[in-house]
Amino acid sequence: MKGPRVDTEANHRLFTRRAALLGGVQLAFVAGLGARMQFLQVDQADQFRLLAEENRINVRLIPPARGEVFDRNGVPLARNVPSYRIVIVPEDAGDVEEVVARLSQVVPLDPDDVERAMAEVKRSAPFLPITLADEVSWEDLSRVSVNAPALPGVTPEVGLSRVYPLGSDYAHVLGYVGPVSDFDLERIEDQDPLLRIPRFQIGKVGVEAKAETALRGKGGAKRVEVNATGRVMRELDRREGTPGSDLQLTIDAKLQSYVQARLNNESASAIVMDVQSGDLLAIASAPTFDPNLFVRGISSRDYNALTENKFRPLASKSVQGAYPPGSTFKMITAMAALEDGLIGPDETVYCPGHLEVAERKFHCWKRAGHGWVDLQNSLKQSCDVYYYDLALKVGIEKISAMANRFGLGVRHDVPMSAVASGLTPTKEWKARVHGQDWVIGDTVNASIGQGYLLASPLQLAVMTARLASGRAVEPRLVKSIDGIEQPARGGDSMGMNENNLRKMRRAMYEVVNDRRGTAYGSRIIEDAMRMAGKTGTSQVRNITAAERARGVTKNEDLPWERRDHALFVNFAPYDDPKYAVAVVVEHGGGGSTAAAPIARDVTLQAMYGDEPPLEAYPTKDRDRIREQQRVLRGMQPLANISGKDQA
Amino acid sequence: MSYLEYTVKYVPTGPRKVLYLNWPLALLLAAVAGVGFLMLYSVAGGSFSPWAEPQMKRFAAGFVLMVMIAMVPIWFWRNMASLAYLGSLALLLAVEFFGSVGMGAQRWIDLGFMRLQPSELMKVTLVLMLAAYYDWLPPHRKSRPFWVLLPVLLILIPTALVLRQPDLGTSILLMAAGGGLMFLAGVHWAYFAAVFAAGAGLITAVLQSRGTEWQLLKDYQFRRIDTFLDPSSDPLGAGYHITQSKIALGSGGWTGRGFMQGTQSRLNFLPEKHTDFIFTTLAEEFGFIGAFSLLALYALIILFCVVSALANKDRFSSLLTLGIALNFFLFFAVNMSMVMGLAPVVGVPLPLVSYGGSAMLVLMLAFGLAQSAHVHRPR
Repeated sequence: MKGPRVDTEANHRLFTRRAALLGGVQLAFVAGLGARMQFLQVDQADQFRLLAEENRINVRLIPPARGEVFDRNGVPLARNVPSYRIVIVPEDAGDVEEVVARLSQVVPLDPDDVERAMAEVKRSAPFLPITLADEVSWEDLSRVSVNAPALPGVTPEVGLSRVYPLGSDYAHVLGYVGPVSDFDLERIEDQDPLLRIPRFQIGKVGVEAKAETALRGKGGAKRVEVNATGRVMRELDRREGTPGSDLQLTIDAKLQSYVQARLNNESASAIVMDVQSGDLLAIASAPTFDPNLFVRGISSRDYNALTENKFRPLASKSVQGAYPPGSTFKMITAMAALEDGLIGPDETVYCPGHLEVAERKFHCWKRAGHGWVDLQNSLKQSCDVYYYDLALKVGIEKISAMANRFGLGVRHDVPMSAVASGLTPTKEWKARVHGQDWVIGDTVNASIGQGYLLASPLQLAVMTARLASGRAVEPRLVKSIDGIEQPARGGDSMGMNENNLRKMRRAMYEVVNDRRGTAYGSRIIEDAMRMAGKTGTSQVRNITAAERARGVTKNEDLPWERRDHALFVNFAPYDDPKYAVAVVVEHGGGGSTAAAPIARDVTLQAMYGDEPPLEAYPTKDRDRIREQQRVLRGMQPLANISGKDQA
Repeated sequence: MSYLEYTVKYVPTGPRKVLYLNWPLALLLAAVAGVGFLMLYSVAGGSFSPWAEPQMKRFAAGFVLMVMIAMVPIWFWRNMASLAYLGSLALLLAVEFFGSVGMGAQRWIDLGFMRLQPSELMKVTLVLMLAAYYDWLPPHRKSRPFWVLLPVLLILIPTALVLRQPDLGTSILLMAAGGGLMFLAGVHWAYFAAVFAAGAGLITAVLQSRGTEWQLLKDYQFRRIDTFLDPSSDPLGAGYHITQSKIALGSGGWTGRGFMQGTQSRLNFLPEKHTDFIFTTLAEEFGFIGAFSLLALYALIILFCVVSALANKDRFSSLLTLGIALNFFLFFAVNMSMVMGLAPVVGVPLPLVSYGGSAMLVLMLAFGLAQSAHVHRPR
């Protein structure tokens, strides 16, 4: 067949009909496609435009800078410092293992970190930076920068990390921050999206935890354009957040460091409080630990060492600890009786060395007895029988009520973790908790701060401050937030008989300054600074009749856990009270020997605002004190630095 | 007019033939290809490499090929029809045994200078073969069962081979084009009615076969059907393509987001943005106006083919021209339906616009045949 062949007319007509039909179908289809286009692109354009924007725009949170914490004089206690990280971007690095091997020759890398990072490289998108080393020193960072050409994909990153410049001195007050854990997320009813940022740091304990809301601030946000795989192409805009508020504490950094050093490594705690304002000037607990370890993530070895230490370094004993107050409670028993008018300050009671109540003998610490004693003598010599007698007259309910008025058995509102409420027992309490009836012996025990009574050093300091001022001062820890002074609470007159209070203060003065007083060894001889106080020695075991017959075992001969707690509370100066101090040395033995010297040194330090002159101490002690001051000077980070020079 | 009255003197000869080409059609093809270059330049982020430049070279080569084919008398091509068909069939078989596996399917043979997809070639040679068949077949036999069965086999054999690759999209296109040509040739409409009825039955059977031992489609093909019916059922999996494609189209609005400003394509939310889904980039960047203009260009190409075919008194030529036009129509209709969420994602490129060598060359080859028919039409 060659050449074209012309169709028959009939055939061509059929072809034309069919072609027209097929063409019509095609045209209809094209019209349908056009209609669909119009539907998607015109009718629904807005909706799809929105979806396209949602696709490409990602909102990223910008974590705010955490508020810093200062002492009352502006010494920084918790700061944010730039911290350097070394990160690697796998896609820029090419051969990641090779680059990491080269990097490890330049800077020391933790093999664990490297292993974790390599695992992450396999998991995540190649353009996401992966941290190889955290908390890198400036020197190491410089070395990385110098060697940058040989280290493709390796870049330094800067962030803020929490640092506690005075470290262990504030471990218990400030606590520490750490990355949000699942446990935290379950615990806190906080919908702040910042908490969802991986490794976002929040306060875990102490002020850091209790003032979390103020310190955290508000997160900012930035809108970035991302592609389908999540890579950030560019930043579209950003809204800065609000940095956290700066806190100023009532703590005096210099005093705090001194107290912490003075407690050294005994299992002890001390509080210094402003008698008038209630400002807490020092809250010390020993032994302590370095909170900076927790910020970086503490090793399990270090953590176990802390938890297994029998002196419990992690516990903030000054506010969490609850101890039988021992003889320091005698002021309360006496005030209950005096305020009730059952006995006058000058009335005397005969102490034969014991008191028989309900066929049971209650002993005075002095077996021979004190003879006829009034309030002043009984407190000075810490006669027990006088207070047994008072308690039997006034009853436990009134004693407990008086204790509450002085701040015992009351949970003080201080932004620290696990603030103890202590215990002031009543008949109702014993029936409720122990299911037993109150017996007269319980009242006798309570009168000298034993039995069910429990108080924290903070509560004892509050009690002392209230005795010294006659006003219901409340402890205050936060002085100002972002420069706005926080109001002091309380401070109203307690409505006590001023004469009774005066007699009580005088009796406390005698305890320290009278030759026969139990704390005479810890007196201050500078007249303007004389202090008034009370020793306490609280038993943690029962002394059996058999033991008493043998002769009570001396503390030094007992295992540490069974020795008596040593307590001392005082205020000074006697004439114009400024400072109230409470010291508890766990299982330290006698209050006069273990606690009172610490309280005296702390009080002097507070009053002088610096290392006190030797002239304030009794002559015979001065050589010993000089040596002690020399040792302590070496232990205080702030001894030779003052104020804001630190910052 | 009868065959004997017809002489060669009515047909232009020599280089003058170039003047008798269907130039409006050629210019329309170039315009569509130009849209393709623009879009390939855009999806590469404003660069001629890696797509726009090779595509331009291919189109230039394809255009030359088209003119060369058009210069050869149409009756030569008619005589070559069976040979071309058998050759394509042989290549399809070769793919079956020696073909490379790409994207989970055996589709192409590496010829060294280009990768040839025999299934693409078959789309043209099948039309060529059927046109020649109906040209040869005396008209009064065209509806007799035997003479209907023969072309049906001609269609089903390559279709089956393509389906085995597996390439569902191309096999449907082959059947549609073949069936369309039989319809144009004037086969009795009752056959088509029967086929539609059978087709409906088959679809039911396919859907019913799911999960049974005699399952007729692969799992991924079923999933594509599922996501086509309800894209939101799997927004991040297989439905992702359809959803993202619709977002791109819709966000274009009336006038589009501007050349190279399409966020969906620029940020890689679109799959296969330089091949099957290139239309979405066009729609996103040039909006309804741009997308509809391309559709209009396509419709004009079809229109010019139909006009040329109807004006052509040669039975083979008119059947061939309309068959090619139908093929072309199926190409863009299926692709556009797919990206607009009207059809399942079957992997059909947008003709002359999507990046791809064999599709472009085969299309230009096909239009070369249509041009030859136009040039050598009886006058």
